[in-house]
Amino acid sequence: MKCVIAGGNVKVLGRAVHSLSRIGDELYLEPTEKGLSLRAINSSRSAFASFLFAPLFFQLYEPGGPAPDTERFRCKVHMKSFLGVFRSLPSLDKSVGKCLILLKHRASRLVLQLHCKYGVTKTHNLAFQECERLQAVFDTQRCSSRLCAPARVLADAVVHFPPTLAEVTLGTGPGGKISLRNYVEDEAELSKTMVTELWLAEDEFQSVTVSPGSCITFCLKEFRGLLTFAETSNLLLTIHFDEPGRPVVFTLDDTVLEVHLVLATLSDLESSSLPPPTNGVSHLPTPADDFADDLESYMVALESSACEGATGGPPSPTFPLRTPRTAQSDPEEQEEEEDGAVPGTPPQKKFRSLFFGSVLTPGGPGLAPTQEVLAEDSDGEC
Amino acid sequence: MRFRAKIVDLACLNNFSRVINTISKLTKTCTLRLTVCKLYFILSDKVANGGASMWCELCQGNFFDEFQMEGVAAEHNEIYLELVPENLSRALKTAHSAKAVKIKLTNKHCPCLRVAVELPSLSSSSRIVTHDIPVGVIPRRIWNDFREPTMPDFDVSIYLPVLKIMKSVVERMKNLSNFIVIEANLSGEMNLKIETDLVSVTTHFKDLGNPPWASEDGCQSSAQGRNLESMAEARIDIKKLQQLLAGQQVNPTKALCNIMQRVKRRLKERQWSGDLTFLCLLSLLPSD
Repeated sequence: MKCVIAGGNVKVLGRAVHSLSRIGDELYLEPTEKGLSLRAINSSRSAFASFLFAPLFFQLYEPGGPAPDTERFRCKVHMKSFLGVFRSLPSLDKSVGKCLILLKHRASRLVLQLHCKYGVTKTHNLAFQECERLQAVFDTQRCSSRLCAPARVLADAVVHFPPTLAEVTLGTGPGGKISLRNYVEDEAELSKTMVTELWLAEDEFQSVTVSPGSCITFCLKEFRGLLTFAETSNLLLTIHFDEPGRPVVFTLDDTVLEVHLVLATLSDLESSSLPPPTNGVSHLPTPADDFADDLESYMVALESSACEGATGGPPSPTFPLRTPRTAQSDPEEQEEEEDGAVPGTPPQKKFRSLFFGSVLTPGGPGLAPTQEVLAEDSDGEC
Repeated sequence: MRFRAKIVDLACLNNFSRVINTISKLTKTCTLRLTVCKLYFILSDKVANGGASMWCELCQGNFFDEFQMEGVAAEHNEIYLELVPENLSRALKTAHSAKAVKIKLTNKHCPCLRVAVELPSLSSSSRIVTHDIPVGVIPRRIWNDFREPTMPDFDVSIYLPVLKIMKSVVERMKNLSNFIVIEANLSGEMNLKIETDLVSVTTHFKDLGNPPWASEDGCQSSAQGRNLESMAEARIDIKKLQQLLAGQQVNPTKALCNIMQRVKRRLKERQWSGDLTFLCLLSLLPSD
């Protein structure tokens, strides 16, 4: 893979990396025909972000790979290392003219080269790890509510909440107003915590399509990262959401850039009706059910343990393992999925942290021989 | 028991925010006393060795356009609330461009001070941000704990040097020692001293001026007849002093320091309008 980014776009790339660094510790790179995709996921698997830079964004874009249908190269690098190259945004602006990203297979290095003013060239050689595809399952078409507004409106709203605030509740109210309120976990906390609430009028949004009375609670920290990016790029932010428990998707669209941020939302515990975890059952919910209320269909998919060597560790005993049978890929699904076994610890919070699909493409290339998928730990949620 | 107030003027709002910020830097919780004409922020920690207590008095007319208060009972027309000033400070932080700020005492699931900030917005209606700050209502039987501290006998009273300078001196001294000795005399001289095993540093200030105290009964007795050159000294916790100086966002016309050797040391400031009084007592530490 080889690509060159020139001029002001270097700063955009830098800002994207800053935004992704708020999400996870590893940056996943995937060059495709549609462009270079940078992704990140957080440790509890409750937040996923992807930035897709179209070929037009680059001065030169060669995704690489000897033949068109060979498996594309994918890798992940330490977020800190990648971020270090773009750490100082003002200096990127002032002194960097061009940025070259080159993959050196033989040396096992991802090379980031910044061509700066006065003939200075800074070359960073980052170690990478090959990995499987990281993809969250989400379908914005099936979300019942959608809000679209200039990012500025939301940034102005979010500023009233303290920087340390973890969760915020977005709701719809009378007269088409949209409310934002900080989320307080227990009743006991209510008498000690300051509650901030603000209302946004319908006409502050470009478009509002919501089911009345709906509300979702999500993590503010990851959202702020996206907002900072969106605000500086002057893009329209669209929020797609559904019932509590279903992920909320934030999208930014541009001619050369497509950004998605998927966050898990707090589920409404009274109405959760999780089937008990099945153990050893070789049954996978049919694709049509994937987006139904059955939350078991949201599963964590990570890179297969094969690529992490044997260091993945034994699977967590609380996660029953299932061997799914191959299923037809859902035509409505926007992305291909690949499975991986995940020896993971259950998420700390009550968030449904699992919205990674587990649908297999029949005969998909590069699948590990044993496909094991972890079902979510429904015990831990209540 | 009712309380409602409204600030419309931006300058008043900024001044009020600055006072709240100063207080929030000094203490985690404090008492807010509301009367018909004044607001008081009181911290009355039992002043043990090295502690600080605070009394801040504001005239409501200088800040609020509307101010309505009904106390707990007709004869005791006051309200005492316990609150976390940091919350109030945060609520006002993003209100720089507000059209109006309304504060109201409410009781939904628990007693709260509801701060409603009306902000201009691009849409037809203004944006309203409400902050519900939980407060504790202090029962009348312990109101006596929050009386204004009486000015004790002091040995020396002196005007402080420009607070900025004093703050930077104290900040650097803080790195060297935990205690600082302030000594002053009635000739307008003040020294800030620290002393450790390895080093001792003294900063001298001259020509500071001593405030004239009207002679009241017994008030100045220890200062009268005092040798003008002799220094009264007070040894205090440097962190507390630094906190007090660092938190100062209100520019006082005059800041005074009264030293009462062996018992208490007090810092008193008056703001320009004469309607804001900020008093902070730092008690002495015993010398080794």
